[in-house]
Amino acid sequence: MLYREAGQFKTSYDDDQAVFPIRQDRWGMAFILAVAYVALPFFATDYFITSIMIPFLIYALAAIGLNLLTGYCGQVSLGTGGFMAVGAYAAYNLAIRVPELNLIVVFILSGGAAAMVGVVFGIPSLRIKGFYLAVATLAAQFFLDWAFSRIKWFTNYTPSGSVAAPPLDIFGFAINTPDRRYFLILVIVTVMALAAKNLVRGRVGRSWMAIRDMDIAAEIIGIRPLRAKLSAFAVSSFFAGVAGALWAFLHLGAWEPLAFDINRSFLLLFMVIIGGLGSILGCFLGAAFILMVPLALNQIPTALGMPLSTAMISHLEFMIFGALIVFFLIVEPHGLARLWALGKEKLRLWPFPH
Amino acid sequence: MRKHWRIATLGVLGAAAMTLAGLGEAMAQNEQFLPRLTYRTGPYAPNGVPFANGYADYLNLLNERDGGINGVKLTFEECETGYDTARGVECYDRLKGKGPTGAAVVDPLSTGITFALTEKAPGDKIPLITMGYGRSESQDGSVFGWNFPLLGTYWAAADIIMNYVAQKEGGYGKLKGKKISLVYHDSPYGKEPIPLLEELSKRHGFTFTALPVTHPGVEQKATWLQIRQARPDYVLLWGWGVMNSTSIKEAAAVNYPRNKMIGVWWSGAEPDVTPAGDGSKGYLAAALHAIGDQFPVHRDIVKNVYDKGKGAAKKEEIGHVLYNRGVVNAFLATEAMRKGQARFGNKPLTGEQMRWSLENLDITATRIKEAGFEGLVYPMKLSCQDHMGSARARIQQWDGSKWSFVSDWIEADRKLLDPMVAAAAKKYADEKKITPRDCSKEM
Repeated sequence: MLYREAGQFKTSYDDDQAVFPIRQDRWGMAFILAVAYVALPFFATDYFITSIMIPFLIYALAAIGLNLLTGYCGQVSLGTGGFMAVGAYAAYNLAIRVPELNLIVVFILSGGAAAMVGVVFGIPSLRIKGFYLAVATLAAQFFLDWAFSRIKWFTNYTPSGSVAAPPLDIFGFAINTPDRRYFLILVIVTVMALAAKNLVRGRVGRSWMAIRDMDIAAEIIGIRPLRAKLSAFAVSSFFAGVAGALWAFLHLGAWEPLAFDINRSFLLLFMVIIGGLGSILGCFLGAAFILMVPLALNQIPTALGMPLSTAMISHLEFMIFGALIVFFLIVEPHGLARLWALGKEKLRLWPFPH
Repeated sequence: MRKHWRIATLGVLGAAAMTLAGLGEAMAQNEQFLPRLTYRTGPYAPNGVPFANGYADYLNLLNERDGGINGVKLTFEECETGYDTARGVECYDRLKGKGPTGAAVVDPLSTGITFALTEKAPGDKIPLITMGYGRSESQDGSVFGWNFPLLGTYWAAADIIMNYVAQKEGGYGKLKGKKISLVYHDSPYGKEPIPLLEELSKRHGFTFTALPVTHPGVEQKATWLQIRQARPDYVLLWGWGVMNSTSIKEAAAVNYPRNKMIGVWWSGAEPDVTPAGDGSKGYLAAALHAIGDQFPVHRDIVKNVYDKGKGAAKKEEIGHVLYNRGVVNAFLATEAMRKGQARFGNKPLTGEQMRWSLENLDITATRIKEAGFEGLVYPMKLSCQDHMGSARARIQQWDGSKWSFVSDWIEADRKLLDPMVAAAAKKYADEKKITPRDCSKEM
């Protein structure tokens, strides 16, 4: 009933090809954006903004990057953390060495730097596939980790190897409160998610998907694997790089290479797999699941006044969270996005299923 | 399929509802809230647990014996960071607003978390106590207004240990041509002492090599192979958690003399030496404070906390190195609160008041004796400029069953540290565009 499309006629190609062809989806999206842009900054607590929304949005952005590569182009990557680190350290060096640069330009350029590194580490994908490629990207992760902790130039010769973001401002407007940081991230994530959504609907995205589904067939119909794969690596790393710069500058404020270690890469891969490979919505769902469920599990016992020790709560968090991951993967191997799609199908027919 | 979908929806909604429920909380008025960032799980748990227990026991002692500080009850909540920076920042944000005045002081107990919170503390106006850790240049209170690396930084630690080495060799002049290696946790924590050791090696002509060990430090074969080949005269150990015991085991395996190995004060606790068994006999480490449960404060803790069944640790763990460190850390924080209450009245302090209290903290020998800490800690005095107070430690040796001191209190050379601190703090201030406070005008 909620999703009844009766009466929604598509009278032009534009209507038919819209990102959200169903009116209810458009309203839903408008509602979510209104909540994110208007309601949250006004009503949410600082804790909700800084510890849940900001990391959630940045994770979602990085997950989109990884999903473009793994979900759409079929190239497994374990190097997302490393590409995020490239973005973070590029942003740091740009901001420290060229202080005149606008922050937005810094973020774009650091994404660009990550894209270049991504292309270099994407070259092996032309020869190797699957697990072997995963190992090659793993090498990227370890190499980048090593580079940022050993090559002192990247950290501007700070004695401890930990660097801090300089004071941030855009056109003289200081980005120093949680709300402002949140707003900046929200704008960037909205724009980039929209770009990603359109990218995968267009020629480039289709060429990626063709490569993913069968690379020989794709080559025969005229898609050049070199261009398709390397463009996927470049775009994916660009997203990861911007996410890394945001993570470093707007979330942590000060960081060391450990902030972008292999665990970050695994976490992002889990987000993409649990959220749904080949789905932009899935990136948000996966990021929300991986980030928020452990935090919720960690806070429930205290909120309910259960007399459990800190260690016990922490162990429970790991156990329940692990069980939930297994549960969701068994229930729906195609991820949370697929669950949502199934739910939508059912809602269309409800209350009169066949 | 339909049923599964329903269960999943319920689960997600339930989790969301509970998160929201956790956000609201009742508050009491005459209570001072302390957020406790701890790690009782993960590779660093063996060291995180006793520290957290000691801290909790001392706060409970004040509550049980004295009813808090001047009638202000101390409340605290632990949040598990697992030594992870992102999670630590989340814990800080979760707890900073609790209690009637919010968090008055935070002890991050991780160098990584300290670096991240150093960026946030000035905005939130919450002082950070990083007792014996943190960033070394944060000793300079004019630039790092909210950091308090009490009792000593890593630069101070490295200098104290090198002073001990020099003493043993018969003066700094004898260090020429010696080889000193540093085995360090490859993180900001382990890298902190390197600039100071490099500076000392330049001044005194010894060869210094730094050997990194990747987090969490269970794989050190390659590092110790290098040590076996190079045979340095001394090995300094800057490890944490399982890395420490692994290092000592590896040293025993390559037969490097343990009495030439000197750990920092975070590498000199019981969980570091006991796993290696007899292999750790003779191992040396710096000690920030005394060890053992023979002090009056421990008797009070047993009487007022453990006998009422409110103790956090097992009774036999009272007096362990890191347990005592937790007690000392809680002692310094609560002493600052006393100082603040004397000025601002007997009520919960805000972060800003707490900063004033810390900057004017003066713990005298008389006060130490009165509080039952005689012999446990050294008197200290802070100021607006100097956020470290004293920088003294003793060297202790493990004889296979207990630690005993092999040196008297050694003081770090402030003439060496202060210019380095000033230079590093200035660099930070330039990067962050901070105008240093003029401490001569502060009250």
